[in-house]
Amino acid sequence: MAEKLLEVKNLCVSFKTRKGIVRAVNNLSFSINHGEVLGIVGESGSGKSVSMSAVMGLIKDENAEITGEVFFNGEDLLKKSDEELRAIRGKDIAMVFQDPMTALTPVYTIGWHIREQLQLHSDISDKAARERAIELLEEVGIPDPAKRVDQYPHEFSGGMRQRAIIAMALSLNPKLLIADEPTTALDVTIQAQILDLLERLRKTYNSSIIIITHDMGVVSELSSEVLVMYAGRMVERSTKSSLFANPQHPYTKGLMNSVPRVDRARTSRLETISGQPASLLNLPSGCAFRTRCPSAHVACTEQPAFISDSNGYGAACFLLTQGARS
Amino acid sequence: MTRFILKRLAAAVFVLVSISILVFLIFFATPGVDPAARIAGRNADQLTLQQVRATFDLDKPIHIRYVSMMKHLFIDRDLTSYVNRGAEVWPQLTQAIPATLSLVFGAALIWLVLGLALGITAAGARKSWIDPAIGIIGIVGVSLPVYWLGEVVNLITQGRLHATLFRWVPPLGYVPFTQSPSGWFLALLFPWLTLSILYAGIYIRVIRSEIVGLMQEDYIKTERAKGAGEKRILIKHASRMSLITVVSLFGLDFGALVGGSALLTEVVFGIQGVGRLTFTALQNFDLPLIMATVMYAAFFIVIANAIVDLVYAWIDPRVRRG
Repeated sequence: MAEKLLEVKNLCVSFKTRKGIVRAVNNLSFSINHGEVLGIVGESGSGKSVSMSAVMGLIKDENAEITGEVFFNGEDLLKKSDEELRAIRGKDIAMVFQDPMTALTPVYTIGWHIREQLQLHSDISDKAARERAIELLEEVGIPDPAKRVDQYPHEFSGGMRQRAIIAMALSLNPKLLIADEPTTALDVTIQAQILDLLERLRKTYNSSIIIITHDMGVVSELSSEVLVMYAGRMVERSTKSSLFANPQHPYTKGLMNSVPRVDRARTSRLETISGQPASLLNLPSGCAFRTRCPSAHVACTEQPAFISDSNGYGAACFLLTQGARS
Repeated sequence: MTRFILKRLAAAVFVLVSISILVFLIFFATPGVDPAARIAGRNADQLTLQQVRATFDLDKPIHIRYVSMMKHLFIDRDLTSYVNRGAEVWPQLTQAIPATLSLVFGAALIWLVLGLALGITAAGARKSWIDPAIGIIGIVGVSLPVYWLGEVVNLITQGRLHATLFRWVPPLGYVPFTQSPSGWFLALLFPWLTLSILYAGIYIRVIRSEIVGLMQEDYIKTERAKGAGEKRILIKHASRMSLITVVSLFGLDFGALVGGSALLTEVVFGIQGVGRLTFTALQNFDLPLIMATVMYAAFFIVIANAIVDLVYAWIDPRVRRG
């Protein structure tokens, strides 16, 4: 096994609020190797984005408490000062956000944004940075880049903006790209193009990618490994192929069944997971999913341990140890 | 951009003409009122009334009356105030305008610099004691009425301490810049400070809350992810974006002040400005003078707004289309 690029151990993020302590991320551990793509899947509020913000040191809230370890290239990011983290952000770890329409300061040109990214981490002249920006725009498939580089974000369509943002994120050849729902705000045809682009760039630059999504389709398109989160905890981790072939956790099964499939006969209505996502303020005891789980039984009032094989693949469910009781 | 400027200027001219027609109609074509009697002032004799009718073509159709009025006001510049026994309107206005412009320009400069500096500092220091401290300065500034503050300033600089500490402060009144630049500066220094304190208070608060709001935007998150420092994000991104709000607010305030809202400051410091001129004209019901000052005020508000729109297009590329 190659050396780990990013290794997260027992990451916990909680926020003090007036209504009590919100445990947004609970005991999250995972790792990603060089050149791999990891998909993190879960509903809104499952802690996917928060955990990535914690990894990047982007949680500025003074009510937040972050514990655990985040090793990047062997160094614990959570122990680093803001200054040290800033040197890593954008250079070694880049991020692409959900909504390209609001992700760029509207008063600066696309070229300005890319130039800023380059100049924040390297000594490069304005002229050279501009030329590099044109190259990057060309690489992500923006037509007429020499002209587009001087245009403002509002002159770009949503898909084009997301391409430009990806170009900016990749401008310093980062080792890790965190894409937080990069296609959610785009329409379907553009989504596919952006995913293709990410895949192509991964091959060229050999960057690792963590892609956060609630869309199983995105996962199947891109990632080699998948991590499923529910209510701040990792409930299942698996390779993509075994996850799709043989999901272990009832929540993962629920997610799979709620995706419309063209290869199945349309015999019945699409399945849904009953109930509401668990409130982080008022989690049920034991397994957070048990109130919605079709296979819940008495043992589920205790927190199930994460049962994993030597690769770290597995799930947090009593069904794995006690077999199906139903 | 050139097309945008031309379009905006054409719109400004259109608005000015419309205002002149509207003002003219209100003062000179209100049904059931004899404009001649109004212009001539209270208890005017028949001879004066005849004279007024002749000069303003009051017996002619309304569009001719309008053209005649505008001709007297802007082309011949011989519009005469009857109430004030033949004092011409135009020279009064041209004397008052530089005083008001000097007062407002200087004050605006001070309040913009103070507002931006303290507003940005407060927003940047949100977690320390500096923010609430600047907040208190802002509230104090907003709470001090200009006429009261002006009187207190006068009491100090012109009264007891005038013989010692403030000997360099000239007596109340306006000194034209052409006459003595240093005299102009000294005479306006305290009026500037007094007028700007209120607006600085408002601008500090507006700019601070605007920036605090903008710091929640998605593009700020992008900047942090890019590895930009907090200071750079505050200045280059949040403060830069807040200018869009500041410019629109400033245009309104500046236009209103130049148009006569600086009246209280002008009265307190004995500056013969447009505000004071309008005030006197209204007291005497000096119709030609009112007509002139209202046109002047409209002119400056429209010009200020046109300039704001141009600056707006300059600082916000999104409005540049068209």
